[in-house]
Amino acid sequence: MEKPNISYITSMSGGDTVFEQKLIAIIKEEFPTEKEEYLKNFNNHNFKDAAANVHKLKHKISILGLEKSYDIAVAFEHNLLEGITDLNSEFESILNNITNYLQQL
Amino acid sequence: MNCIIIDDEATARAIIGQLCANVKNLNIVGEFPNAIQAIKYLNQNEVDLIFLDIHMPDFTGFDFIQTLKNPPKIILTTSDSKFAIQAFEYDCIVDYLVKPITQERFQKAINKAESFRINDKEPSTSDYEVAASGNDLYVNIDRRLIKIDVSSIYLVEAKGDYILIKTEDKNYTVHSTLKKIEDKLPESLFLKVHRSFIINIKKIIDIEDNSVLIKKDVIPVSRSNRQELMKRLNLL
Repeated sequence: MEKPNISYITSMSGGDTVFEQKLIAIIKEEFPTEKEEYLKNFNNHNFKDAAANVHKLKHKISILGLEKSYDIAVAFEHNLLEGITDLNSEFESILNNITNYLQQL
Repeated sequence: MNCIIIDDEATARAIIGQLCANVKNLNIVGEFPNAIQAIKYLNQNEVDLIFLDIHMPDFTGFDFIQTLKNPPKIILTTSDSKFAIQAFEYDCIVDYLVKPITQERFQKAINKAESFRINDKEPSTSDYEVAASGNDLYVNIDRRLIKIDVSSIYLVEAKGDYILIKTEDKNYTVHSTLKKIEDKLPESLFLKVHRSFIINIKKIIDIEDNSVLIKKDVIPVSRSNRQELMKRLNLL
């Protein structure tokens, strides 16, 4: 599986390390909540709400440079709106990949 | 330029804030996690530019734009490129940024915003919309946001390209579809009984054959919807 990175964050920070740390802290705080909300909605078969959660998570996936994962998230969001759930295990792997990475940051 | 950021994602607000900080003469005067808070702010304050997320719960970015009587310049920020065509139907939208936004692309958008003249056109009569938030339904008429208590609605009738919303106190004619308002109304209270009518089942006075009486309105019930109506009633 591709490895997350902070290349985007460093490229747009303009060398402002205080901002970089602030943004990482925001992502660390926001991501687990969004992930939890997604899992809750998915497990309750609220696929429309789960699709909205995937939509929001997509941004963090792209911020962390996960290009292939982003494509999966785009497809999964679309599928969820149709009630199709077969990309869930792949998507959860992406979320777990990010969780592990954020714990190391 | 004074600007505000509207985005339900804190990460996105922080990134746009930083992108703004790297641009001269761009002052962030407010950040809002939802459109309602931004509307309240804009009722008291003027800004030159709004960074607006499209995909937000309850109120989308497009719903928000339609509430503004004299919208300032707007740069849309979104994770989807699919709304781009719709975006440029609005004169106030000067650019469309797909996240994650780079500084270079952001600067181009700012340059565009600066080069656009403030549009002082009179509001058009086509900007009517409905959107729901909690127990209220917000109806946009002449770009004014009017709140209706959902429980006060007893009938919605399709009238061509419009819908007529009847409440205990007042009636509203809104440019929208029955399908759209049906999606916004709580299923526990409302039922589509005919292709042209949605009723509040708590407001029914009586039912006779293929019609229901609500207030003074006799509403037809189509055969296909009658069974669902009967199921929803507390029959003795």
